[in-house]
Amino acid sequence: MTSFVSLSSAMARGFFRDRTALFFTILFPLMFLVLFGGLFKDAGASKTDILQIGAVPVVDQLPAEAAAGLDQVLAVTRTSDRAAALEEVRKGDKAAAIEQVGGELIVHYSAADAVKAATVRGIVESLVQQANLAAAGVTTPAVTLRTQPVEDQSLKAIQYMTPGLLGWAIATGATFGAALTLVTWRQKKILRRLRLSPVPLASVIGARVAVSIAIAGAQCAMFIGVALLPYFGLQLSDQWWAFIPVMIAGTLAFLSIGLVAGAASKTPEAASAIANLITLPMAFLSGAFFPLDGAPKWLQQLSEFFPLKHLVSSMQDVMVRGESFAVTLPDIGLLLGFTVVLAGIAAFLFRWDDA
Amino acid sequence: MHGMSPTIKVEELRKAYGELRAVDGVSFDVQPGEFFGILGPNGAGKTTTLEMMEGLRKPDSGSVTLFGESPWPRNPRLLPRIGVQLQASAFFERLTAREQIRTFASLYGVSARKADEWLAVVGLEDMAGKRNEDLSGGQQQRLSIACALAHGPDLVFLDEPTSGLDPQARRNLWDVLRDISAQGRTVVLTTHYLDEAESLCDRVAIMDHGRILESGPPATLVRDLDAPTRISVETGTITAEAARGLADGLEVSDDGVSLTIATRTPAPVLSALAERDALRGLSVRGATLEDVFLHLTGREYRA
Ligand SMILES: Nc1ncnc2c1ncn2[C@@H]1O[C@H](COP(=O)(O)OP(=O)(O)OP(=O)(O)O)[C@@H](O)[C@H]1O
Ligand SMILES: [Mg+2]
Repeated sequence: MTSFVSLSSAMARGFFRDRTALFFTILFPLMFLVLFGGLFKDAGASKTDILQIGAVPVVDQLPAEAAAGLDQVLAVTRTSDRAAALEEVRKGDKAAAIEQVGGELIVHYSAADAVKAATVRGIVESLVQQANLAAAGVTTPAVTLRTQPVEDQSLKAIQYMTPGLLGWAIATGATFGAALTLVTWRQKKILRRLRLSPVPLASVIGARVAVSIAIAGAQCAMFIGVALLPYFGLQLSDQWWAFIPVMIAGTLAFLSIGLVAGAASKTPEAASAIANLITLPMAFLSGAFFPLDGAPKWLQQLSEFFPLKHLVSSMQDVMVRGESFAVTLPDIGLLLGFTVVLAGIAAFLFRWDDA
Repeated sequence: MHGMSPTIKVEELRKAYGELRAVDGVSFDVQPGEFFGILGPNGAGKTTTLEMMEGLRKPDSGSVTLFGESPWPRNPRLLPRIGVQLQASAFFERLTAREQIRTFASLYGVSARKADEWLAVVGLEDMAGKRNEDLSGGQQQRLSIACALAHGPDLVFLDEPTSGLDPQARRNLWDVLRDISAQGRTVVLTTHYLDEAESLCDRVAIMDHGRILESGPPATLVRDLDAPTRISVETGTITAEAARGLADGLEVSDDGVSLTIATRTPAPVLSALAERDALRGLSVRGATLEDVFLHLTGREYRA
């Protein structure tokens, strides 16, 4: 136990004193977040802002389920000041203002933004039809409107990018950390020296696991901290912290990839090359940088084979889509299974010494 | 020492790297508490022999036992009892000298305080806060030795511990090594300094081309060599011609700085020189381990 603690601390000190490693594991991915978070700040915000003047029973009396569906596409602000509301629409601050006068539902819109106006009209029209059907006593209408957001278009860019880039950062950090420690410790004869001491190999690997998880934790804190700044405006789900188990499982999976890369290479250069070759294409093909929804079917199927895909999609599910921890269980299982297989390969390839 | 089982038993050890037979049938015993030296030119096979004894390399054939057990494969029962300083020092990256030795010490369950004491023993307390990358070669060497000794091993392997040390550090280290030897610990070291071997070792083995050429206490080896004593005076004090006439069977050489007379009976030669008042720059040198070494291994360079 003491040897595990002291090796972990030796490894952690070595890492935090290595400016290059710090830059590439923490600052570099964070730069991506800041850059893209800034660039696509307003992209993907597909909710349309409208005003509701006074009471609008058609909207107010919607069943809960339908109201929630409407919420996905319309952001409704209630007001009683009719003149101010119309002025806002005229200036283009809001897409439309709705008002109900007796049996008449009025949509005030500006012709300036035809697309948004049409969206609002379409939605409101369907609401009116539903209301009419209900009034006519048709409780189970032949056709009903259900507004279903295509998920990632409904997510603001920062919502999508924070878990995506964070997943990529964790993957790179864990892979490079494990690969480079293994190779440089072997090359600099530290492993050889450790072999002469009574430290169990499990403590050496355990120390790397602990340090990798600590680094992943630091990455999460930095990423979430930055993305939460009002400028970027990340909004976390209520149970966002439920991503922690899948984050740890992902760290282990990539750590085991790193151990294989490190065990198979003789020089740090070779280890970095292998690690890059694995993590970089995987990041593109796993939806860490951009959504795969628009990608060809075969690519979406292929992505299922990549651990990063499972890490990122589970992190998105709980951090920003409001899903529960249970949703991540299959991915956690997959990632851990992957870890076991790769750790086995790494153990088989492991050498204390290259002489 | 009779009746005691040896601390180290090496039998017919062999190791080849491809065609090259680096260690080619080496056998010796080291008794408990003995200070044993392995001498030999570069490439003689000293490090390879040591690494097989430490359990870092698997012998092609032959056997090693330490305290009655085999060090190969990695033997957790032996590891706490042995201390190793490798020829190429190995340190954790970007740790200070103090963090370095404390980390190693903790792997053996040794306290930080004890580790710090060892830093002082090798004279590095002022360097404690420096990263190992910023230490000089000799300072790294001393740190590496301290890391090998901090857990108080019963058996110590040191591969050229004093290479790269200044004369003060070298003498200080000798004192440290004499100390641990006096505590009853067994020490095996390799060195290229024959004065070091002569001064520290109870017994030495002289190796070349992977074989042991000779072994025994340094004094015995020197005596058995039966080499002449060399008497030197400053060139010009006496002519070579005159020197040859001082006694029978003298070998005289003059390198332009000093004139050297080799003889097995130094006393009459010295008094003859004194009679002629030809003692300017006199030095008398008996045979040393170096003579034994050069006699056994020759003078040509090694690859
Ligand atoms: N890993 C290796 N692969 C191939 N040849 C090796 C290896 N290690 C040592 N050798 C060769 O084996 C021979 C013995 O080497 P060794 O290191 O044991 O010598 P040494 O006596 O310790 O020399 P030195 O005084 O220079 O330290 C040398 O010829 C060396 O070139
Ligand atoms: Mg050597």
